This record gives sequence, C-alpha cells and structure tokens, in this order.
Amino acid sequence: MLNILLIYFFLSLLIFAVPSKVFKYKAIVLALVQLVIFVYFFTKIPIITDGETLISKISWIPELGLNLSFVLNGLSLAFALLITGIGSLVFIYAHAYMKSYANTDRFFFFLFLFSGAMLGLVLSENLIQLFIFWELTSFLSFLLIAFFHEKESARNAAFQSLFITGFGGLILLTGIILIGGVVQSYSLTEWINNADEIRSSAFYLPGLILILIGAFTKSAQFPFHFWLPGAMQAPTPVSSYLHSATMVKAGFFLLASLNPVLGGTVEWTYIIPLFGVITMLVGAYFAITQTDIKAILAYTTITALGILILLIGVDTKLSIKAAILFLFIHAFYKATLFMVAGLINKKTGTRELSKLGGLAHYMPITFVVALLALFSMAGLPPMLGFLGKELVYEANVQSPGIASLILILGVAANVLMIAVSLFFLKKVFLGKKGNYSKNPNEKGLFIVGPALLATLSLFFGLFPNILGNSIIEPAIQSIFLETYHIKLKLWHGFNKVFYLSLFTVALGTLLFYLIDKYPKLLENWRKINNKIFTIKFVDVFSNVMDNFIVFSKRNNRVIQHGYHRYYLLTIIVVTALLLWFQVFVTRGWELPAKLSFNPFYISGLIGIIMVSAIFSAISKSRIATIIAMGVAGYGISLIFLYYSAIDLAITQIIVETLTVVMFVIVLQKLPRFAKLSSKATKIRDLAIALVFGSVMTVLALKAIRLELNYPISDFFVENSYLKAYGKNVVNVILVDFRALDTLGEITVLTIAALGVFVLLKKKKV
Amino acid sequence: MNSIILQIAARHIKALLVLFAIIALLRGHNYPGGGFIGGLLAALSVIYYGFAFNAKQVRDKLKISPTTYIALGLSLVVLSFVPSILNQLELMQGVWLKVQIPILGELKLGTPLLFDIGVFLTVIGVTFLFFFSLTKVE
Repeated sequence: MLNILLIYFFLSLLIFAVPSKVFKYKAIVLALVQLVIFVYFFTKIPIITDGETLISKISWIPELGLNLSFVLNGLSLAFALLITGIGSLVFIYAHAYMKSYANTDRFFFFLFLFSGAMLGLVLSENLIQLFIFWELTSFLSFLLIAFFHEKESARNAAFQSLFITGFGGLILLTGIILIGGVVQSYSLTEWINNADEIRSSAFYLPGLILILIGAFTKSAQFPFHFWLPGAMQAPTPVSSYLHSATMVKAGFFLLASLNPVLGGTVEWTYIIPLFGVITMLVGAYFAITQTDIKAILAYTTITALGILILLIGVDTKLSIKAAILFLFIHAFYKATLFMVAGLINKKTGTRELSKLGGLAHYMPITFVVALLALFSMAGLPPMLGFLGKELVYEANVQSPGIASLILILGVAANVLMIAVSLFFLKKVFLGKKGNYSKNPNEKGLFIVGPALLATLSLFFGLFPNILGNSIIEPAIQSIFLETYHIKLKLWHGFNKVFYLSLFTVALGTLLFYLIDKYPKLLENWRKINNKIFTIKFVDVFSNVMDNFIVFSKRNNRVIQHGYHRYYLLTIIVVTALLLWFQVFVTRGWELPAKLSFNPFYISGLIGIIMVSAIFSAISKSRIATIIAMGVAGYGISLIFLYYSAIDLAITQIIVETLTVVMFVIVLQKLPRFAKLSSKATKIRDLAIALVFGSVMTVLALKAIRLELNYPISDFFVENSYLKAYGKNVVNVILVDFRALDTLGEITVLTIAALGVFVLLKKKKV
Repeated sequence: MNSIILQIAARHIKALLVLFAIIALLRGHNYPGGGFIGGLLAALSVIYYGFAFNAKQVRDKLKISPTTYIALGLSLVVLSFVPSILNQLELMQGVWLKVQIPILGELKLGTPLLFDIGVFLTVIGVTFLFFFSLTKVE
C-alpha cells in the first residue's frame, strides 16, 4: 500500500516535468492513474468481504512506536474506493474546467498530492502517521482554496480553513498522544485490543474531547462550520472533491475507525449527537436563504456532515449502518451537484439564483443529471438517497436516550433539505430564461463525471444490495468487529418510518411552494436572519486572530527583542549555569588523577592558541584580530591532526581559510574601528566568558574519567567496513550510521544560509 | 582586486581545485575526504576566483543559482532514502549495488554515496549563498 502512495508522490512531481504546451492531457492521464488505483482497490473487494484485513508494516523507529503501517479493512476500502473513484472523475472534470486558467500544473500537482494524502489518511494504521496525513490534507486544501490567490476573499478563506483545520489537527495530536500513553502504543489495532483499558482510564474523557475537537474542525461541525462555505472560493473541481469524498469526511472517518475504541460510552453518545444535531440544523437552515448556488451546496454539505456525525454518535448498529450508507449517498450527489454548479457557472457566467433559470432547455443532459442528484439529496424515491433517509429515520427512531428530540430535529432538517432541493431545481432549470450573454451549452467533458455518479445513485437506489453487500457490509463489520449481514431494500412497507417520510415530503413541498410563490417571504427571512444572527462566526474568528496577533506582538517585544548580543548572552549564561549545576551539585567534583604536559609541542601549541585567543579579544586592529583567530583555528586543526582525526583537521583548515576570506571581503565595508563598550560591559562580558570557559574545561577534565563499559566508537570501528563497506570511519558515521544527524546538520546550514541571504539582501525602497 | 598574478593563478587553480574536490568527495568513503570537505573545497575554488576578479563576474558565469544547488543537494539526500524503503529495509539503511568491472575489480555503489553527493551540493550552495550575500551580488 505504501507503493500506491509513492505513486502519488512521484507522479505529482512529474507533472512539472512535462510542459503543458507539449502535452495537454495531463489531467486525463492522472484520471486514468486514479482509475487504475481504483481498480486495484476494487479487486480487493472479495478478499475484504471474506472478512480479511490486509496489513503492511515497515518499521521505522519501533522503539518509539513509530512505524509506517497501513491497513486495508472494510472501512478504509470504502473510503479508498470513494477517493480514487470520485478522484478520477474530478480529474476528468478538471481537465475541462481548468482549460482557461493559468498555472494548471500547480493546480494538478496540489490536487493529485491531495488525493494521495487523503488515501494515506484512510489507510493509516499508526495514528501518528494518520495525523501526518491529516495535516497534509489541511495544508494542501489551503493551497487549493487559495488557488486564485489574487482574490483577497480566496486568501482569507484559505487562511481560515488552514487555521481551523490545522489547529484542530494539533489538538487531535494531543488527544492521540494522551490515549496512546494509556496503552503505550499508537497502533490502532493495539488500541482496539485494549479498548476496555482505554475507556476506563482517567485520560479517556480528556482524550476523547481532544480527538473530537480535531474531528469536528475537519468535518466542519458547529461551531467550526464556517470555514466550509468560505472554502468554495476554490476552483469548483476542488469543491466537489473536498465536499464529497475527501477532507470533510476525514473527521467522520476518524470517528468511525475509533468507534470500537472510544465508542459505546455515555460521553460518546451524548456529546457527539449534540454537536451533530446542531450542525445539521444550522446547515439546513442557512442553506435555504443562500443566493449563490455554490453556497447553497456548501451549507447542505454541513447538514450532511451533521447527520453523519450524529449517526456515528448515536452508536447503535442501525445508526452506523445508516451512516456508512449515507456517506456514499452524499458523496454521489454532492460531487454531482458541485460539478453541475461549476458547469452552469462556466457556461452562463453567474452563480446567482436570481439570474439563472430555464436552463433545462439548453442543457437537457445536465438537467436530468441534476434532477437525479437533487432527488437523492431530498431523499425521494427511487434514488439511493431515499433509502438513506429511511434508514436514518429508522436509526433515530430506535436511538436510545434523547431519541425523540433527535427525531424531531432530524425531520426539520430534512424538510428544509427537500425545500432547498426543489427550490434549486426550479430556480436554475425551470422558469424564465435568465439573462445570459450567450446561449449556454454543455459541450466538453464536463458532464461525464456527474452523469456517471447520478446514474450510480439511481442504480444503487434500485439495486441497493450490490453496494450493500460488497462495500457497506465489510465497512460496518470493521467497525463492529464482528460479522454482520445487512439487507437493503427500497420499499420498507407501511410503517412508522414511511409515514414519517411522507410527512417530511409533504411539509418540504409545502415550504417550497410557499417560498416559490411568495418571493418576499424568503427575502424577509434573510432580513430576519441578519437581524437575529448578528454575531457572524467568521467575524468572531477574524477578531480572535487579530487580537492574538496584537497579543503576540506585545510578547515578542520582550522575548524577541532583536538584539543579537543579548540572545547570545542568554544562551551562554543559561547553558553555563545548567552545566555548573550538573557538574558540581549532581555529579560531585573530583580532580583527575594526573595531568601531564606531554608531549611538549602539543602543550606549546595550546599555549599559542591561548595567546592568540586572548590577543584577538583585546587587539585594537581588525586585521590583527582576524589573523589571531586564524592562528587559533589552524592550531586546533594541528591538534586534530596529531590525534589522527584527519577528516576533522582538513575540514577545520578549509573552514578557517574560508572564514578568513569572508572576513577580508566584509572588512572593506565596515566602518572605522571604534570602542563603544563601556568598562562595566567589558567586565560583565569577561566574567561570562570566564564562567563559560571554565565550565567547558571542567567538562573536558571530567570526560577523561568517564569510563563507559562499551564505548560507542568500538561499534563504529568494528562495523564500518563489514556493514557499511567504508574504511573511513568518520565518513561512514556521517553518511551512514548517523545519516539522520547529517541530514539535520545540512538542513540547519541551509536555514543559516537563507537567514544570511535575507538579512543582507539589499533593501528595496 | 587587480593582481594579474592572482588572476592567472586563480584561473588555473580553479579547475584543479574542483577536480580535487570531486576526488575528495569520491574517495571519502575509504580515505579522508567526503561530501562536506569536497563541497567546501569546490566552493573555495570559486570563491578564490571571485576574490581574484570580482564576485559579480563569478555570479554571471555561474549558471546554477546557489539556492538551486541547495535544493538539488537536499533532494538528493532525501532521494537516497528511497531505496531503503523500496527494499523494505529500515529507513536510511544503506543499499549497495556491486558492479563487476573487468580489470579494475569490484565497484560498490551505494546510497551513502548518493547521500554524500547531496551533502556536497548542499555545502557548495550554502557557501555560495554566504559569499554572494556578503558581496551583495544577487
């Protein structure tokens, strides 16, 4: 499974290697790649339905519980199919959609990498690894939302989503570490095996709350829901992908896969449904008063996410079954509708409901496709959505605890959804023709994806068990951890749920009729909304951010004062004091047995180094200082040479040479030498230098007396040639045994160089 | 600086130093040398040249920018970890390819060499960036 992810990461780099002018069908190729991966996962269905789980694990730092481990069970398979399947259609759509824009390479790079990150997330078995992919999707969606970065609104929306989901991700990490501490593992399998221990530990509730905040921010639950409508600033292919199969579903995925670990408690069944219900209502309520077709869809996504989270929180077998089914229903219709909305926007030049109308005549195929998808959204037969709504109702009817309240609110949300769907259909496709500059058409590859998905919605509505037995059943089983058979059917007979459905449809149609007949009603509704909901979450958020920036600026003025000398002073004094404490108080002080001055030339060399060091500090000429420092440096490299550390010696000599050259270059540009330090400063600096120097001396003396049983150097010497095929032990340590350290060092070097570059860059006025 | 002796010397020494740097890089695994030393030497050769003429001229001749060197170097370093992943070894574990060359004997090519070349390029880029920043050449 790692190989699949590597395909994503390497292919995304290749996007830039082929110039767009030469090859125009990159998106199609990427769609095909996604399709191939989709087929790969598709072929795994029989294995998974047999109840097997595929695990592949690569140890990285097993001592810390950090491994690359991937798992393919029913749940992750369901998500993987959605991600790659819809991903493939999104790329076909994007091929047509992005034609007229610049920087498409960058766009496809982000989008393809995003698919990979999302796939990595759902396949992760290690939770730290899951967190990494989690943050990667946040970051990439930030880049995707900000794709039209010349628009301020896009930049703001992107920042908002990054702050909220990134912040949620960090909180999630805290939660994972907290729970991971209980069972000393970050492996999901381990967590599931020790679920009882986790649930009874004192860290359960804090851990659960932290993880929930992570999931809620990602899945746009109230009160974090406001980033999602903002995210529609992204190009439409991105919106349709984010809303249907990826990103916002990650929170749901996390809760579904952690359900066997954290679920089944009172906390779980009360906290989660509460937020789910509020989110569901908030989304549906605001969807109906929107005027932008993309905004309507964005708010209905919030409703759907609320329903999903609610169902996972209710935590009965029926509710989880309904949740998984609803996941598919929503992915199908939402991807379709966003793609349709983008198509309409492209061809008519507007997304405003008031300017649209009569499109059924010009875009007949689109009309049919949208009709199917909207029926599925409204939960009308014979679509898959109808089946889903019935199941959701059934789950709510039978849910324990606060069932009646959930049921009433659920019906209310569905009434609104039906009204929204019908209203959308009427306003966009029927009625008077809107005022378009040219006649809209449906040429291009736009309609391929939506048509396929809408057909699937219908097909699975008629034959639900094909989907149910192959994908939904294994997904449910991997949550229940036991075999569980489901049987889906469109017609449930005349029962309580059916009457409830009928009641919802009637009420929804009535509402639609009212707002359609009396446009004033909706307008007043909007006005009232603006009056009641004076607090906008978006504003609150930006207020908080502004205040936070002011606060940290104030802090920084004290901590980050910008005086290099005081930074150095702080670092040196603190280090010296801590070392003194360690050496004298903790370890106790004893003199080494004997010290000798042999051989005399090394002692002499050290004498020279000391003299030149002192000279460089007190000299009044810059050139003399540089030369004296050079003497000290070369002296040290001679000492290295004497003790046969030849690599060190060479490096030291070259570095000294380079330093002198650099100094000479700078020297010409410096002002005249002047004494600026007062006597008191000099004495203070001398004292600090003496303290630090003596600490280092004492440390060196102590190091001689340290007797370790197995010096690490022996290991290096023994294994250098046998295992790493190198005779130069120093080099083998650098490039092989301690390659990670070297990687860190050269990264630090790079950062330092970039720092110098920025500091010395000519200021443009 | 306008010393003809220095300029002519720099012109010839430059090539020698670069060659020497590459040798230092390649022999590094068995004898003193390696990417870090090699990189410093290579950078030194160019800086020496810039010292004799001026930094602007060097920058104009240099086709690849310092930051590109750094980017290339760091990418190579990261790339050298990939074979270990693909071979299901521990991350960063060396992977070796042994090639038989008729007369010279066995040649061992390994990911540590790739790593070292990455270090080499990064060090060159970093030193260049220091040099050009200090001499204010963009």
